[in-house]
Amino acid sequence: MTPPPPPLVVEGLGKTFEGRAALENVSFTVRPAELFGLVGPDGGGKTTLFRILTTLLLPDTGRATVLGLDVVRDLWAIRARVGYMPGRFSLYPDLSVEENLGFFAAVFGTSIGEGYDTIAPIYRQIEPFRTRRAGALSGGMKQKLALCCALVHRPDILLLDEPTTGVDAVSRREFWDLLGGLKASGLPIVVATPYMDEADRCDRIALMQRGRILAIDTPSAIGSRFPHPLVSVRGERRYAMLQALRGREHTASAFPFGDDLHYGDARAGLPVEAVAREIEAWLLAKGFADARVEPISPGVEDTFMALMGGPEAAA
Amino acid sequence: MSAAIEARELTRRFGAFTAVDSITFEVRAGEVFGFLGANGAGKTTAIRMLIGLLAPTSGAARVAGFDVLTQSEEVRRRIGYMSQRFSLYDDLTVRENVTLYGGIYGLADAEIRERGGTLLEGLGLGHAADDRVAALPLGWKQKLAFSVAMLHQPAVVFLDEPTGGVDPITRRQFWEQIYAAAARGTTAFVTTHYMDEAEYCDRISIMVDGRIAALGAPADLKREFAAPSLEDVFVRLARPAA
Repeated sequence: MTPPPPPLVVEGLGKTFEGRAALENVSFTVRPAELFGLVGPDGGGKTTLFRILTTLLLPDTGRATVLGLDVVRDLWAIRARVGYMPGRFSLYPDLSVEENLGFFAAVFGTSIGEGYDTIAPIYRQIEPFRTRRAGALSGGMKQKLALCCALVHRPDILLLDEPTTGVDAVSRREFWDLLGGLKASGLPIVVATPYMDEADRCDRIALMQRGRILAIDTPSAIGSRFPHPLVSVRGERRYAMLQALRGREHTASAFPFGDDLHYGDARAGLPVEAVAREIEAWLLAKGFADARVEPISPGVEDTFMALMGGPEAAA
Repeated sequence: MSAAIEARELTRRFGAFTAVDSITFEVRAGEVFGFLGANGAGKTTAIRMLIGLLAPTSGAARVAGFDVLTQSEEVRRRIGYMSQRFSLYDDLTVRENVTLYGGIYGLADAEIRERGGTLLEGLGLGHAADDRVAALPLGWKQKLAFSVAMLHQPAVVFLDEPTGGVDPITRRQFWEQIYAAAARGTTAFVTTHYMDEAEYCDRISIMVDGRIAALGAPADLKREFAAPSLEDVFVRLARPAA
């Protein structure tokens, strides 16, 4: 017996709108039961990619298969087997929670009862509000309802376009916990997000910017692609330290990262411990008496900034 | 000068639902203040009252020294506002947006020309002055929207999720714009869902169910809650049962 096809295969996909490339030569493969992230800012091509994968848009070049089905030729078969959550809130605000769910079940020729086992872990959290209008739900609950609507027909793959955008940090964390549960049940999931800190919840990620993939790998391997020794800098006068670090001769990068600064040194082959000692001594000499510098492992956001080659809003 | 923002027992009810429940806080002039909270905690309602778009049910607030209920026109003249969702008109050019907002903010034509020119130069956008805003990358739009909100040199600028979806480098550059404005004395009142950005604020408040559950400098809040990160503080407050 031949093994089942990969849940998702994308080969050389390209799409141009009004002379502007929204997707350029995008290729990747999603493995069985994988939680795969498309990570990058707005304008990266994530939504265009999802629209092609859900058969709503034809690619200009390349090909893609979902569950072994071709996105151009087999559109009806794909639509029945894919669970899709679009980026914009796509439920009926004037219908209740239960009515929305019932509607999506009916569209796919099933019922809430038949799909209940699949949605139960999520639906139980919003079931107390089942008579409330969807438009009156909080952001986090809307996302959970939309996820239920994408799952109620028991799809074989889940495609989620920025489910956590504009959602508070607590609801985002809960949402990713739910995705972890779905993944454990064997469901392959492709999820787009602009939040770099969410990348760590994925098995593998593709960093996307301006229609291209910058890198594909596990989050930790993406971090280790950062091309320079990286140190964390802490101290009271953070902004002044940032300015000082930017003025150094060997600075590859200097950025604020929450409550510390990340400094990458441009000199190749210098051990990170040596960089840390040198920077700390240098900052002390500059009058930053409380500066503390430590070697750190680069994360996804460090690598993204190194690979993106300057801000999108550059002169 | 007194506090830039001063809210005393500020309350707003919608029918039986209390969206903002007697919040009291002060923001100092020149401070970068992060106004955090879960979706539905009451942040938007509070901001709408502070910018004079919604009358409080009870309590009071002063912004830039004026009462938001009885002197809302004075308040509006002294504040700037930008949000992720609504900032500039896509179908107008960069220059037309600047002119339009300059007029709305009550600047004279000569002032609009002079400040508009300085603004575009400062952003390095001079070459794109006659491009439609729709053609700009998102990061540019947000930086421009912020500069436009600062055109009339407001005492307080309200920034409602200003960096949503913006690339990580532009996001950081945007915060440097905020710092620069604060250094010139403008008070920045910011909402964000990026927890690293909460760290960039002088002080933050965290709203839960219409009330301010915590308020202080990021380092102090982490100490107070014995939490390694602000996200952990946030999670603990917003989901006490979890």
